[in-house]
Amino acid sequence: MTWTEYFVVIILVLIFIVIFQIAKASEYVSVLKGEKKTFEQNNRINAFLMLVFLVVGLAAAWWCNKLLYKKTLLWLPSASEHGEKIDTMMWITLAITGIVFVLTQILLFWFAYKYQANEKRKAHYYPHNNKLELLWTAVPAIALTVLVSFGLYYWYKITGEAPKEAMEVEVTGHQFGWEYRYPGKDGVLGRQHFKLTDAAKGNPLGQDWKDVANHDDLHPSELHLVVDKPVKLIIRSQDVIHDVGLAHFRLKMDAVPGTPTTMWFTPKYTTAKMKEMTGNENFVYEISCDQMCGSGHYSMKGTIIVETQEEFDKWISAQKPQYVTAHPDGAPAVAATTAPPVSDSVKAATNAEPKAEH
Amino acid sequence: MSNEIAVQHGVIPHEVHEHHDGHHHHETFITKYVFSQDHKMIAKQFLITGIIWAIVGGLMSVLFRIQLGYPDATLPWLEDIFGHWAKDGKIQPEFYYALGTMHGTILVFFVLTAGLSGTFANLLIPYQVGARDMASPFMNMLSYWFFVLASIIIMASLFVQTGPASGGWTVYPPLSALGDASQGSKIGMDLWLISMAMFVVSQLLGGLNYVSTILNMRTKGMTMTRLPLTIWAILFTAILGILSFPVLFSGFILLLFDRHLGTSFYLSDIVLGGNILPNEGGSPILYQHLFWFLGHPEVYIIILPTMGLVSEVMSINARKPIFGYMAMIASMFAIALLAFLVWAHHMFVTGLNPFLGSVFVLLTLLIAVPSAIKVFNWITTLWRGNIRFTPGMLFCVGFVSMFISGGLTGIFLGNSTLDLHLHDTYFVIAHFHIVMGVSAFMGMFAGIYHWFPKMYGRYMNNTMGYIHFWVTMVCAYVIFWPMHYEGFAGMPRRYYDYSGWESFKHFVELNRVISFAAILSFLVQLMFVFNFFYSIFKGRKVTTQNPWGANTLEWTTPIRPGHGNWPGEIPEVHRWAYDYGKDGKDFIPQTEPVGKDESTH
Repeated sequence: MTWTEYFVVIILVLIFIVIFQIAKASEYVSVLKGEKKTFEQNNRINAFLMLVFLVVGLAAAWWCNKLLYKKTLLWLPSASEHGEKIDTMMWITLAITGIVFVLTQILLFWFAYKYQANEKRKAHYYPHNNKLELLWTAVPAIALTVLVSFGLYYWYKITGEAPKEAMEVEVTGHQFGWEYRYPGKDGVLGRQHFKLTDAAKGNPLGQDWKDVANHDDLHPSELHLVVDKPVKLIIRSQDVIHDVGLAHFRLKMDAVPGTPTTMWFTPKYTTAKMKEMTGNENFVYEISCDQMCGSGHYSMKGTIIVETQEEFDKWISAQKPQYVTAHPDGAPAVAATTAPPVSDSVKAATNAEPKAEH
Repeated sequence: MSNEIAVQHGVIPHEVHEHHDGHHHHETFITKYVFSQDHKMIAKQFLITGIIWAIVGGLMSVLFRIQLGYPDATLPWLEDIFGHWAKDGKIQPEFYYALGTMHGTILVFFVLTAGLSGTFANLLIPYQVGARDMASPFMNMLSYWFFVLASIIIMASLFVQTGPASGGWTVYPPLSALGDASQGSKIGMDLWLISMAMFVVSQLLGGLNYVSTILNMRTKGMTMTRLPLTIWAILFTAILGILSFPVLFSGFILLLFDRHLGTSFYLSDIVLGGNILPNEGGSPILYQHLFWFLGHPEVYIIILPTMGLVSEVMSINARKPIFGYMAMIASMFAIALLAFLVWAHHMFVTGLNPFLGSVFVLLTLLIAVPSAIKVFNWITTLWRGNIRFTPGMLFCVGFVSMFISGGLTGIFLGNSTLDLHLHDTYFVIAHFHIVMGVSAFMGMFAGIYHWFPKMYGRYMNNTMGYIHFWVTMVCAYVIFWPMHYEGFAGMPRRYYDYSGWESFKHFVELNRVISFAAILSFLVQLMFVFNFFYSIFKGRKVTTQNPWGANTLEWTTPIRPGHGNWPGEIPEVHRWAYDYGKDGKDFIPQTEPVGKDESTH
């Protein structure tokens, strides 16, 4: 330990000894002064502190808000249409709970101060009042009905079926990173099975090469999305539970091994636009893993780039299908264009069976 | 008043131990202080074990708060103490996650379940229902010693080479099922599971005892509607535990099977670090259902007893009856019932069917209604009272303030729409720490300061009590209030370091402030612990039988009661526990018969 650390410890011990001596002394004083008098004095001090705590506390809450508001996402418009609904819901809830919070805290501390023990007064015997109790059963019930109704209305909108024109992308989590798979020109994600996984042979996602739908599937290192175009993420995990956390889009969905999940949304702002809106040159949409997944959990980051359709088309046309990477000698090159169209790629993906014995 | 409806059941006089003043049968040091069957001693054992655990668990939070507040600092003394866990004076990620996991496990189970219920159920049930001891003192003793066994095992897990469990206190598989997925999922995880299994045994032995004592051993005249609210709260708590802990137990056993017997209850389609595992057909979500079927009632197992303690201490010190006694019981009943029907609100983003999710939204937000009733009743109890600010009473006010703050944020998280944004962020940390961490501790402190004179025949030092309360109150808000803002920024919980994240790295200074407040608050708790142990031996002596002017039966026992509590016959009860300030009288003990000209209400 350095000398400053010793110093801190010594100071703490000294502070404690002082407090202890004062505490001991106050007991002797109370014996000398009479317990009643000491009690009255302490009671007045504590009652007054109740009032101080209320006033200072509310002021501090306001100050805290002033300091931190800009650091949250509350002021920044949501980057997805779903997120807008979530923000509306947030403000409704903040308003209702905010009012209740301020009122109840004021009542609590004000009553504590006002009704401090006083010789001249007697406590009011008031065991119950059915009308009052009915009132504060009914009012919260009504407020919560409002919150539940709004909440579920938005919930069904957000979790409902993705629009038909939505772009599909598969996101797969593993310790500690994300993989992305685009369906390629055919618009269909090929079948896969975990037993086919073989990163050394260029097949980190367990794609079944016998399924021609796989032959044009792309496996880029970043997630690119098109602004104003709905996207449906098919979320998988290879090992433990992860979570696709999209703070700016206000969305989240777990990646569960063995059970693919889905989530769809429509990005509203390109990354460039967000840089402008936040005034942050380095702004980037990040995917955070939000489900504890091991010692590298805190570093499990993905990057999303939202761009215009033209930019996206340019980017995606430069990507090479994973099939080509996995078969550098081009061995069983089958024309991908003849692939039979599969209508529901998620179903195809989930129903995949272990066919190949690579 | 409904307590006049005297349903005279359970009025069996318990005079088995006729002349039971505690000195007739031979007591050795071992039977009196170690393998004691006296409910009062077992309560003290639970309390002191709980305090030790609270210090350990609190210290862990100090360590990981150092990491969060000072992510770049190198503190060589950490390496001196923790060796390779703090290589080069920096807390390592595995260590950080182990600290967080054990902090949660210890505080939730060992302190706020065993330490809290164990203490006050054992202390107050026989005292307040008017019984000489628990229905089965032997089972009661076993309950404590199974808790000790669980404690020893989990303590041992801190010292194994690969470290204790580190997958979060919820130990979700597959992370917790696969030793290769994390250091903490090796032997540390087995010890964790075995310890928790022992813990469940302890809880069931205790819980069955609490329920049977409350239902069967009430003294003459003590109808259910004359019971103090503490006892009602403990009754609901015990029932919750009895019905939900076995489900957790089964979840843990299946996890042990998956770990060692090659089963696939929770495992399917796993490729771990390039290895393809054979497991197919299991679902990790099954574990989450089993876990949260206890996990959610668990938070009520923590908070209900403190609701009872606060109701009792508040009423006594406001010198007024608790407002809405029957509404208080009804709301606790509603909370206990709903506690079983809301577990999946922890799972909105697991891919749960959205329709099922919406049912859980409805049921979850429904809990806010009985909670609101309780808050308004507490506030009305203060209204026109004549409040004595004992340290216990201060903590009651603190409890209500914290319960309001933490309860309201539950309305955000219980709403699946908002949960999409706030799930697993610091908003969640703030919410549950305020509503079941700080609140529960406040309620527990209220109970300790209030019943300390009954436990040890001495008072705790008031001045230190006041300082303890005010510093704790301020620190608790300084720690947890700003965390809501981090949550609004989407900042994920359980991150070792945020500096690599463009979205979250701007909270470094705030985290430092929070860490500072956390350390200060820990030091003040140490002062409380000092006050506690010092006062056992040197505190001001209690000179009157009923120092607080309370109505309940424990204050009719001698100042230092022997085994059996009352030297003579157990007193008979004639009224409810809350006749404070009635007919101009400061208080009317439960043992006083109803006078002829007494007003009814």
